Amino acid sequence: MSLDLSTRCLGLTLANPLVAGAGPLTANLDTIRALEDAGAGAIVLRSLFEEQITGRELGAAKHLYGHAPSAEAQSWFPDVDAFALGPDEYLEHVQRARAAVRVPVIGSLNGTTRGGWVHYARLIEEAGASALELNLYDVPTDPAADSIAVEDRLLGLVRDVRAAISIPLSVKLSPFFSSLPAFVRELEHAGANGIVLFNRFYQPDIDLEALELQRTLRLSDSSELPLRLRWLAVLSPITPLSLQASGGVHHGRDALKALMAGAHAVQLVSALLQRGPGHLAQVLTEMREWLLEHEYDSIETLRGSMNLKRCPDPAHYERSNYMALLGSWQ
Amino acid sequence: MSILVDANEAVASVAHRVSDVIAIYPITPASSMAEWCDEWSVAGRKNIWGQIPRVEQLQSEAGAAGTVHGALQAGALATTFTASQGLLLMIPNLYKIAGELTAFTMHVAARTIATHALSIFGDHSDVMACRQTGMALLCSSSVQEAQDLALVAHAASLESRIPFLHFFDGFRTSHEVHRIEGLDDEVLRGMLDEEAITAHRARALTPEKPVIRGTAHNPDTYFQAREAVNPFYDACPAIVERALERFAKLTGRRYRLFDYHGAADPERLLVLMGSGAETARETVDWLVARGEKVGVLVVRLYRPFDARAFAAALPRSIRSIAVLDRTKEPGAPCEPLHLDVLAALVEAERAVRVVGGRYGLSSKEFTPAMVKSVFDELARPQPRNHFTVGIVDDVTHLSLEWDAELDIEAEDVTRAVFYGLGSDGTVGANKNTIKIVGEETDLCTQGYFVYDSKKSGSTTVSHLRFSPRPIRSTYLIGKARFVAVSQPGLVERIDVLELAAPGAVFLLNTPHSPEEVFASLPEDVARGIVERGLRFHVIDAHKVASDVGLPGRVSTVMQGCFFALSGVLPREQAFAAARRAIEKTFKRRGAQVVKRNIDALELAEARMSAVPAPSVLPERRRAAVVPAQAPEFVQRVSAAMIAGHGNLLPVSAFPPDGTWPSATTRYEKRGLARETPVWDSKVCIQCNKCALVCPHAAIRAKVYGADDLAGSPAGFLSTTWKSGGEANARYSIQVAPDDCTGCGLCVAICPAKDKSNPRHKAIDMAPLDERRDGERANWDFFLELPESDRSELKLDVKHVQLAQPLFEFSGACSGCGETPYLKLASQMFGDRMLIANATGCSSIYGGNQPTTPWSVNKQGRGPAWANSLFEDNAEFGLGFRFALDQSVDRARALLGACAGALPEELVRGLFEADQSGELGIAAQRARVAELRRLLAAHKTREARALETCADHLVRRSVWIIGGDGWAYDIGFGGLDHVFSSRADVNVLVLDTEVYSNTGGQQSKATPIGAVAKFAAGGRSTGKKDLGLIAMSYGHVYVASVALYARDAQVVKAFAEAESYPGPSLVIAHSPCIAHGYDLTKSGEQQKLAVDSGVWPVYRFDPRRLDAGELPLAVDSGPPKARVADYMKNEGRFQAIAMRDPERYAELVALEERYIAERQAFHEQLAGLKLKSAIAQGAAL
Repeated sequence: MSLDLSTRCLGLTLANPLVAGAGPLTANLDTIRALEDAGAGAIVLRSLFEEQITGRELGAAKHLYGHAPSAEAQSWFPDVDAFALGPDEYLEHVQRARAAVRVPVIGSLNGTTRGGWVHYARLIEEAGASALELNLYDVPTDPAADSIAVEDRLLGLVRDVRAAISIPLSVKLSPFFSSLPAFVRELEHAGANGIVLFNRFYQPDIDLEALELQRTLRLSDSSELPLRLRWLAVLSPITPLSLQASGGVHHGRDALKALMAGAHAVQLVSALLQRGPGHLAQVLTEMREWLLEHEYDSIETLRGSMNLKRCPDPAHYERSNYMALLGSWQ
Repeated sequence: MSILVDANEAVASVAHRVSDVIAIYPITPASSMAEWCDEWSVAGRKNIWGQIPRVEQLQSEAGAAGTVHGALQAGALATTFTASQGLLLMIPNLYKIAGELTAFTMHVAARTIATHALSIFGDHSDVMACRQTGMALLCSSSVQEAQDLALVAHAASLESRIPFLHFFDGFRTSHEVHRIEGLDDEVLRGMLDEEAITAHRARALTPEKPVIRGTAHNPDTYFQAREAVNPFYDACPAIVERALERFAKLTGRRYRLFDYHGAADPERLLVLMGSGAETARETVDWLVARGEKVGVLVVRLYRPFDARAFAAALPRSIRSIAVLDRTKEPGAPCEPLHLDVLAALVEAERAVRVVGGRYGLSSKEFTPAMVKSVFDELARPQPRNHFTVGIVDDVTHLSLEWDAELDIEAEDVTRAVFYGLGSDGTVGANKNTIKIVGEETDLCTQGYFVYDSKKSGSTTVSHLRFSPRPIRSTYLIGKARFVAVSQPGLVERIDVLELAAPGAVFLLNTPHSPEEVFASLPEDVARGIVERGLRFHVIDAHKVASDVGLPGRVSTVMQGCFFALSGVLPREQAFAAARRAIEKTFKRRGAQVVKRNIDALELAEARMSAVPAPSVLPERRRAAVVPAQAPEFVQRVSAAMIAGHGNLLPVSAFPPDGTWPSATTRYEKRGLARETPVWDSKVCIQCNKCALVCPHAAIRAKVYGADDLAGSPAGFLSTTWKSGGEANARYSIQVAPDDCTGCGLCVAICPAKDKSNPRHKAIDMAPLDERRDGERANWDFFLELPESDRSELKLDVKHVQLAQPLFEFSGACSGCGETPYLKLASQMFGDRMLIANATGCSSIYGGNQPTTPWSVNKQGRGPAWANSLFEDNAEFGLGFRFALDQSVDRARALLGACAGALPEELVRGLFEADQSGELGIAAQRARVAELRRLLAAHKTREARALETCADHLVRRSVWIIGGDGWAYDIGFGGLDHVFSSRADVNVLVLDTEVYSNTGGQQSKATPIGAVAKFAAGGRSTGKKDLGLIAMSYGHVYVASVALYARDAQVVKAFAEAESYPGPSLVIAHSPCIAHGYDLTKSGEQQKLAVDSGVWPVYRFDPRRLDAGELPLAVDSGPPKARVADYMKNEGRFQAIAMRDPERYAELVALEERYIAERQAFHEQLAGLKLKSAIAQGAAL
């Protein structure tokens, strides 16, 4: 029996739904090639952060060229024509990655404010990216900025990026929105073509001795998948946008669940960091074997089969699920 | 093609395009010529023959001259750039190059030679020291000429085989930004004779046709052979003349060997060369227009001096001549040009009265009024000879008077003066303004920028001229039509109206509204504005800059106001051009920087307001420049210099031998900080690290008795001292509010956090304004508290900080990483230190007047400090040691001679004192005091002689201090010799890994991966292991230290080094602005340097061998951080990462490997199995 693993996501046809997500592995051409060899359907390059653009530009301007000149020293650094500041290496990376692999290469921008840095979206497109992922990594701390203000700012950013590019645009979100379905609809109006659920926050820890915060990044495991499944299932029937799962996909079965909940593709980062780029081939094999065993002929048959509209007991995705779970402990 | 350049860029552009090999060494004000060449070569720019010139930085100017000499001998077209002491170091090679008739051209931004004092500014004392070498000397007077004659020099040298030294005035010409006509490659090709180039290359040494050069001759032949060059020198002037004619044909610009300008039938004539000639021409035009028969003869080809051409250029009507020299040769019958003119006239049998005078030493102003005063003098029946002009000489009464109010500049010349801080971008914005006006109009433009010599909070004064005619005013603006002040505080410190012409526009950046601003001004400023009828405008430029996201960068705002107010360009055109200029200037700095600057420009005009005349003037007077209790010398001399009136001081004000008093920075209250640390005694753990790291000794700790608190100001903070000692001992941390620069290092390093609010530490930065008066009273009270008795202090970080710093309030950069080491040394040994200080940052913040940070204690003792040169500092300090040793021997001999009449115990004590520690030193000082008391009653000659040298019986500590440019490069040979000498000297290398003072050129201490000037692609050679080289002698104490990362080890290393009775070397990691990061993070970054092994921390003490121990102790431990993590935090490394990530990755790997190998080597060295060798008595 033939099995069609291809999927349509962000208007692109992927050979299979496994996407290597933005992370250290996609920062390096060798591992990017290894990911393609392992069967990745697409590759999301490591993120270029807003702070990298603004911080680096302003920081470089300040610390390399901002010091007070003196009679003896007009400057402290050489100022050669080739000395272009700014994250131009990222654009080169996009170009090289695009040349190195045949699968779609998706650029990634990470930021939360509107501003001059957005022009890098266009530069990433010009560098050859097949699509752009915009990671709205936002931690609201200002009590004066209510949810409307926060969402307006993020939507404004999406509109700015949309205006700057013509390639497909996906938006990577956190789960912390009052009404995710409503916000996703607004994103659609703002010009997004897809949603990635969800980004994972750096989790600061406290150093008890030094009374300082320590920045840590814990890799995900499969236990983080259910949160994604719920929201994929909720959004899948109500939005025309491409949906990708990100976080908690470590095995073939995880990927299958995400697809059943409505994902058009699933992203892998932690699993590949832990086990190497070759693990993607393993996940793909597990998927393929399960699908063959269960006589699915395509991903499309499977996709969304367990979303809120089609699953046999939707209450489990909704509030009643909570009551049932509590009851089970009694 | 019109270009906006300074002379250094213009000259470098010519030299780079007509050279194969460029060997250089940085020196102000010539450095930027070499920097331009390096940057162009890195960027792949080619010479006119299609080759990228090879640019190489050497270890000294002597090295650069040797390299150039070698390159010439091997057939290259070579050049170099230098000035002042650097030129002196090249002289031996200049004789050789000339003696060998080598086509060669070098370019000199002429600068003062260090005599009673160093000066970075311009005069001809350096080039005049070369007039005997056989080099041709060709002088340019302006930026345009400097470019043009640079080419003529190259062309004439190739044809004549005489090497050319082309020079122009340092700063006044080298740094004057001027709109000139550029030279395209075709002109360069048209000027250079291909046959002469081929001939030059054919003279190269080659084994195919071998010859030898550099032979040795004996009395039989040397003389005749030396005379064989004569025909070449005889032919040279005509060759130059032909080259000038060719140049005129190609460009339309005509120069002559001697250019006369002035009346058709002049009677009085000035002869001079350099930038002063431009002012002389301008003044002559003005005088001739008023009917005076005057003229000026400008000398261009000074050597070979063509006496016949000179005589021919002299108008027949001349009756009297004044020859002006911009140099001083004490003891000579006349200055050099004067002498040459006299000789030429005698040989030409022309009977004309000739007098000579000096002007313009060290860039002293030379104005039309001074030119006129010389002409006036020539008109007298008996004009004075050997006069000076530009100063008031009330000692030998040689100076001419001049009319300081004379203003000959035409009304249609726009003259604008901008007062700013170095850090606020004023100079850069003004350069942009000149460019904009130059590009948008046919106006001639000129910019000249004056900096003070402080490295933190330095002020700049920009002088801008825009004229419909060529600008020849090579002097500062005296009557400005537009005066802008970019920092509100400057009105309190500087006479900002000094240069404002009546009716001028006066623009002030101030937070005050138009209605309130007058009340905020000092009385004299407010009155000046009203009385001179100034058109007063205000703008809150800091607010605008903050609003657009460029806090502190007020320059673009001020530029916007200038365009709106000055009318030099139509408003719309000006703003459109300014926007384009910002895009161009900041494009490579990123879109954010561009956008924010454009926002600042556009908001400026809208936020600016005209200020109506006030109904009443304020009464507040400016604070005195120095406090009333300052010593007489400071009141009379230093105060005038601080106030910017140093030009008015007469000769008699100055010590004739360059000897200046110590401890004077305490009277120069600069008030730079907006925020200063605030101490919370409840949170404080009394570690004193804040005081330890303060670069300016502006936060201090004291322990004192409770009784001492009597009369303390209400806000003075004090708490119980927790570390033992006397019962009821009290403790205070106090900040000097007017001396703190607000760098925040102390707060960053403070380890004591409030447990319920860890963001709050024992010291936090807080706005100063409202606390200033209280803190001043607190500081004054704190100073009066008793100092700790240094003989009782433990030698650890905490207690050493209770010793009085004898290095304080220097002008070093905010956050400087060098000065904390100097301060620490001064606390540990300051009352017995002699310091030999190499030229560099430390000699500038340590010795640049008006004030001196090296200080004295209550007994009047403190470090005695001197700077000789850059290259000889180790030897200079060695000389100190020899002299001291001789004095000690003399004192001991005299003591022996007097011993019979003195108590035996005292004499024995004096002879045998253990002075290895503070207690022993204090005891010996007491013995010497007793000795002096007893000697007073003795009548013998020996007793009188012993009184003169008895102080030498107290051990003195010789410190040889300098930066890595000195220790690793130019002074290394001497340093190496000092190591070999076994003399008891202490060498402290303040290692910033780059030439900091001259603007970030690489040294051999620059690490792999760092971008520096002359290493624009990132240095790929490992940092020289200076410590290892010193260790290889076996008898040298060596320590590598890092104050923020391992403070206890530094204190230990300093104490060990000082007590070691032979040469000691301490290499100190010194964070610097040239590393390209926020220096408040330098504590963390230095820890990373140590933890990653990038900066090893160790002590090598040969004394340990005697105890059967291994001499090397590696104190830094095994690496626990990654080299890459260290490198990612500094701009000097990240500059490569941003430009070329792959190369960066390679350099990181290279540095990791280098560090690992060095680490392994040090570990092996530390663990060497020396025991058997030691047991057998073998020395290392």
